[in-house]
Amino acid sequence: MKKFSWRGLSIIIFICVTAFYLAPLAIPNLPGWWSNHVLKLGLDLKGGMQILLEVDTSELSAADARGAVDQNIKIIRERIDQFGVAEPSIQKLGENRIMVQLPGVSDFQAAENLIKQTAMLEFKVVANPDETRRVLDSIDANVNANLDRFPALKELAELDRELLEEADDEASSDLGIFSSLIRPGQMDYEVQFDSVRLVQELLGNADFVQMIPAGWQLALERANAENPRADRPIHVLSSAVELSGADIARARVEYGSATSTDPRIANKPYVSIEMKREGARKFERVTADNVGRRLAIVLDGVVYSAPNIQERIGGGRAQITGRFTTSEANELSIVLNTGNLIAPISPASTSIIGATLGSDSIRSGSTAGLIGLAIVMVFMLIYYKLSGLITDFALIFNVGFVLAMLTAFGGTLTLPGIAGIILTIGMAVDANVLVFERIREELDHGKTPRSAVDAGYKRATITVWDANITTLIAAAVLYQFGTGPIRGFAITLTIGIIGSMFCALVFVRSIFDTFIVTGTKKSLSI
Amino acid sequence: MRLFNNTNIPFVKYRKIAYVISLILIVAGLIGLFARGLNWSIDFTSGVAAKVNLTALDSSVEPIQIDELRNVLKNNGYPEAEIQHVGPVQDASFMIKIKSETADAEVSGNAKNEILSIITENFPKHVEGMDINQDVIEEIYEVGPKVGSELRTNAILAVVIALILMIIYIWFRFELLFGLMAIAALAHDVIIIMGIFALTGKEITIQIIAALLTIVGYSINDTIVIFDRIREDLKIRRKEPLDEVINFSLNETLSRTVITSGTTLITALSLNLFGGIVLNDFAFAICLGVIIGTYSSIYISSSLVIDLTHATKKEKRTAQKLSGRR
Repeated sequence: MKKFSWRGLSIIIFICVTAFYLAPLAIPNLPGWWSNHVLKLGLDLKGGMQILLEVDTSELSAADARGAVDQNIKIIRERIDQFGVAEPSIQKLGENRIMVQLPGVSDFQAAENLIKQTAMLEFKVVANPDETRRVLDSIDANVNANLDRFPALKELAELDRELLEEADDEASSDLGIFSSLIRPGQMDYEVQFDSVRLVQELLGNADFVQMIPAGWQLALERANAENPRADRPIHVLSSAVELSGADIARARVEYGSATSTDPRIANKPYVSIEMKREGARKFERVTADNVGRRLAIVLDGVVYSAPNIQERIGGGRAQITGRFTTSEANELSIVLNTGNLIAPISPASTSIIGATLGSDSIRSGSTAGLIGLAIVMVFMLIYYKLSGLITDFALIFNVGFVLAMLTAFGGTLTLPGIAGIILTIGMAVDANVLVFERIREELDHGKTPRSAVDAGYKRATITVWDANITTLIAAAVLYQFGTGPIRGFAITLTIGIIGSMFCALVFVRSIFDTFIVTGTKKSLSI
Repeated sequence: MRLFNNTNIPFVKYRKIAYVISLILIVAGLIGLFARGLNWSIDFTSGVAAKVNLTALDSSVEPIQIDELRNVLKNNGYPEAEIQHVGPVQDASFMIKIKSETADAEVSGNAKNEILSIITENFPKHVEGMDINQDVIEEIYEVGPKVGSELRTNAILAVVIALILMIIYIWFRFELLFGLMAIAALAHDVIIIMGIFALTGKEITIQIIAALLTIVGYSINDTIVIFDRIREDLKIRRKEPLDEVINFSLNETLSRTVITSGTTLITALSLNLFGGIVLNDFAFAICLGVIIGTYSSIYISSSLVIDLTHATKKEKRTAQKLSGRR
């Protein structure tokens, strides 16, 4: 009767654990608690999007900054949940970075906008035509007096002067240089498409903002999605914020009826908002005070719509229209519902991987792996005969073990991870080769199989440890300094090395021992 | 079956030739590194890399030529865009790369969206009926300058720290001289491989750094197996000269060295040939690393141990002589 051995027990545990975690990959109808443990694929294999966001906390106190990052994560998570992504991962990295991974997302632009949008919603009163004219005139006067501070405008002014001299047209020579960029449209002043960029730059320029008379501000209207090269209206707004995003209770997408007379709504999605009690009161007061004027709905500094206030509006309901597509309207309503980000965020890096590329990578990665595995196995079989066959079994177990451990620890399989597995196939035989070569030497010295195996293992074990620990050190450093896919590589490499040592020193050895102790063979097939 | 049975190749005798070959390779590598510099990928420099598939659904539409795409991007504000054809010629699949000129100059955070809209505006026939997000984009990477320079620092740090940890380990397990020589052999491998990358202009991506660290781990593994044997043989063959003992150990471990390198090379080659474009350069680096690493473990690290031991012994002897005279 064979006595109990720790080695035998460890092999049984090894095989059971491997089988447990690999079963969900092979068998379809397992109970939920079991099939939940399934190997996850990384973004580079599945396709999807990863954004590393940097939270700008420079304007917050240290205590607020810490809270702000967490609060932002909460808001982003809510937005993504409402957007509907399976298994998103949102993690805090370091002090003020957020890593967002959205596997399987296909509408990259929408997802990015959704996350990035700060969504500062403001309601502001639009200046009436007289006020608008006055504000523009005073901007012109201010800019003219400080023309040196705006090189782009100065250049334009000189160009104009030359043209005017040629035309000898004195009537329009008093037109200010800023006003020359905009022209009266049907309802509002409009900026020609060619000048939009210049105007946007000016509006973002702190020097230029000083040129605008106090109490007023300028804002462009949203670009027309159907006709992106169309002229864009520009509005002069009172800078007082009448209502903000904080006053909103709920936002939702609705569709305008086909018969509506407003082309912004007819048959198009729009976002209807419901205000909180306090907001509704404010809204009522603003509309009452400004009947006959227009109220602009401004989101992140861009005017979405500026409807006329025809009468006092109670009940706290309003609509944001602006020629939305359905998905845009959806995003906006999500962002309004989830609130403003506490601190501004900007993407530090973005990766997008199409689903096709991912599945191509899986296919070519596994092809390469199988071919490499097959060649190594055939070689081992020819070179070491029966012992090679044992190693081949161990090799297959080793690959299974790597996949099983990845599943067990909730790791993800990435493309570099596959490369790591393939490389460990090549390296895993190393421990066996070391031992086998040693056994052959001992046999050459005339030892019996039994003592050759013992001596071979005894001598080679130290070498196996020495050699593998250095690779483990390299893998640990990789893990520490790498991100995402590279960590995947380091993890598979580490598991592969540990597995291969176990296979060589415990698994193969026990087969050897059992075989030689119970067998009657006097020679060793090696 | 045995490939190497009781070989007795005089490795040690020919070590001077190996030194010359290595020296030439290292000098070539260093010249490459200093003259051409490394081609850091956008992972490290920041910028945008986009792989787009512009094969029109309608097969009667002429495929886009690479120059057309280059001109369109040039005329729309991206004169610095590097464009490469990816995959078979009949597929209009392109890799567009826009690197930031300097580490501080940021490629606009919107560059990827702008490129996409430039393409859709200028090649309407080719993208007709395709979903930009699903059919056109194969992959896009956009890296900000801060992340890029951080990654570069981290990559260099990782390689250096890995080397230091290994010196410490070998020092602890063997002798300092062995550790230092093993690292000298590693530095030799790393310089030659980086040199080859500099000379061929291949990009240094994050994956290449990973490959480099794997090579570091792998090559030291070979060296250690040989050192282990040398240590063992030195105990058994006390009376024989160091050169002969080391040569004997090299021959004893030769079959193991070649077989393990062979199996690793097979898997790396199969990755290189069948692993797809993404892993191509990674596998190339590993193949190079296996070959150079094996060569250096056999020829460089042990040979250096011999020569340095001789040098220190000679010093001792001359020192003894000098003191004896006095």
